[in-house]
Amino acid sequence: MATPKISVRSVSKTFDLAGHELAALQDVSLDIADNEFVTVVGPSGCGKTTLMNILAGLEEPTGGHAVVDGREVSGPGPDRGVIFQQYALFPWLTVRRNVEFGLREQGVGRRERRELADHYLRLVGLEQFADALPKTLSGGMRQRCAIARAYAVNPSILLMDEPFGALDALTRVNLQEQLLQTWNEERRTVLFITHDVDEAVFLANRVVVMAARPGRVFDVIDVDLPYPRPEEARLSPEFAALRNRVWRAVHHQDGGPAVVPQPSVPTA
Amino acid sequence: MQLTDPRRAAPAVTTGGTPAPARRRRRWRGRSLVLNLVSIVLGVAGWETLALLGYTLPTPAAVARRAGELVADGTLADDVRASLRRVVLGFALGTAAAVPVGFLMGWYATARALIEPWIQFFRTIPPLAIIPLAIVLMGIDETPKVFVIFLAAFLACVIATFQGVVDVNRTLIDAARVLGARDLSIFLRVVIPASTPFIFVGMRVGLGSAWATLVAAELIAAQSGLGYRMQSAQLYYDLPTIFVGLISIGVLGLVMDRLLLLVERRVTGWQERR
Repeated sequence: MATPKISVRSVSKTFDLAGHELAALQDVSLDIADNEFVTVVGPSGCGKTTLMNILAGLEEPTGGHAVVDGREVSGPGPDRGVIFQQYALFPWLTVRRNVEFGLREQGVGRRERRELADHYLRLVGLEQFADALPKTLSGGMRQRCAIARAYAVNPSILLMDEPFGALDALTRVNLQEQLLQTWNEERRTVLFITHDVDEAVFLANRVVVMAARPGRVFDVIDVDLPYPRPEEARLSPEFAALRNRVWRAVHHQDGGPAVVPQPSVPTA
Repeated sequence: MQLTDPRRAAPAVTTGGTPAPARRRRRWRGRSLVLNLVSIVLGVAGWETLALLGYTLPTPAAVARRAGELVADGTLADDVRASLRRVVLGFALGTAAAVPVGFLMGWYATARALIEPWIQFFRTIPPLAIIPLAIVLMGIDETPKVFVIFLAAFLACVIATFQGVVDVNRTLIDAARVLGARDLSIFLRVVIPASTPFIFVGMRVGLGSAWATLVAAELIAAQSGLGYRMQSAQLYYDLPTIFVGLISIGVLGLVMDRLLLLVERRVTGWQERR
C-alpha cells in the first residue's frame, strides 16, 4: 500500500465522566488508502463516532495522531466532508442553497455555485426538489441532500456517521445502493460508521470491527466482492460468508458478548 | 388595568401545504371566523344586558356615541397618535437593543456572566416602580415615558433572543464548520437564522409588555395619549371615554400583534411545526 490517505496512529481518547475516566478509544491504529470504502461497525460505546469526530477535526485525541494526506488533523477542513446521522440540513435554506453552503464559504461565484449544486443534486436524484425546503422532504431525501452538500465542496474524504441509521429498512437499502452508485461515479475515500452488519459488508471493501470498553479495533475483514455491486450481490454465498464472519466478530467478541458491568456510555 | 390579551384573541392560521388539508384548513378558517364574530356579538349583547339591568356601565350605544364625538373633534386621533408614537418608539428601541445584547449573551459566556445579573434584577421590578426614578432623572417630557416602555420591551425580548442563541442545534454548527465556515460566518449564516423564531417570540411578548406599560407611562404628566385620556376621564366619572380608551388600546394591540405575526410567518416559514 502506498502512503495511506488516512492514518490513525495509536489514537486514544478518554472522557472525564463525573470523576472517573472513560476510555472511548484506546490505542486505535488504522490506515486507509486513497479511494477505499471502509466501514466501521461495532456495538454502541465502542468509540466509532469519536473516531470519526477526531478525523473530522471536531474532537481532539488525548493521545496519538490522526493524519490525513500526511498532515496532522487540526480542526475541520473542506478536504473532509462529513455526513451526520441527523442530516443537519439548514432548515431555512432550500435544498439547492444547502448544497451551495460550503461553496459560498469558499468564495465560489454565483453561476458556478449553481452549476455545481445542480450537478450534485442530479447525482443524488434530487434535481426536482432544488427549490424545496428541508421540512417538505422525507428522511431519505434529506440524507441525499446532505450527501450532495458534502460532495459539492469536493472533499477527497467522506466521513459518514451512521447516515442511514434513522431510516426505515427499505429506504436504507435503497440509499445504500444509491450511495454506491454515486461513489462509483465519483470515487472518494469513505469512512462509514454503522451498527448494521449487512450495511457494513455491502458497502465496504474493508470492514473494521470495533469492540467497546475500552474502544478498540477488534478485527479487520477484507471484502473482496467486485464493484459495482448489484442488489443480487447480497444474496450470493460469498456475501453470506462474509456477513457471518463480521456478525461473529461483532456479536461474539472474546467468545461471547463482553458484558462488563460499567456505567452506561453516552452515545453521541 | 385589565386588557384582553391580543395574542389569544384569534386562532393561529397556518398557510401552505398540500391541496386537501389546505382546503380543510380554509373551511375551518371560515368557520372559526364566523365563530369569532358570533362571540363578539354575544359579548356586546351581554354588555348591553348588564348596562340595562342597572349596573354602572355605559351602554354600547353610549360608548359608540362618545367614540363618534372623540373622532369628530380629533381628540381620539391625537391620543392614538401620541400613544402609538410612544409604544412604537419604545418597542423599536427595546427590540433593537435586545437583539444584539441577547446575541452577545448567548455567544460569549463572559458577556452572559456580566450582563445576566442586571437583566434578572430589572426583570423583577415592575416598570411602574421605575417611574418615580425616571421622572427624577429624566424630567417630565417624552423621554421617561418612552424609557419605561423601552425597558419593558427590552427585557422581554433580550431573554428570548439569548435563549434562541443558546438553543442553536450543535450539529448545525458542526455541519457549517466542516463545510469550511469560520466563526463570523457561522454567526451570520447559522446562529442568526436559527434563532429568529425565538426573537419573534420575544418581540411579540415585548409588544404586549410595551402596551401594558403605556398607561403607566402616561401617568407621567402627559398632555395627550389614550392612557392620559382615560385617567382624566376617571376624574369626571366619564365611563364612556374610559371604554373608548380601553377598546382602542385593545384593537391597536391586536392589529400590531397580527402584523408582527404576519411578518413572522413569512420570515420563519421554514420551521417544522408540530
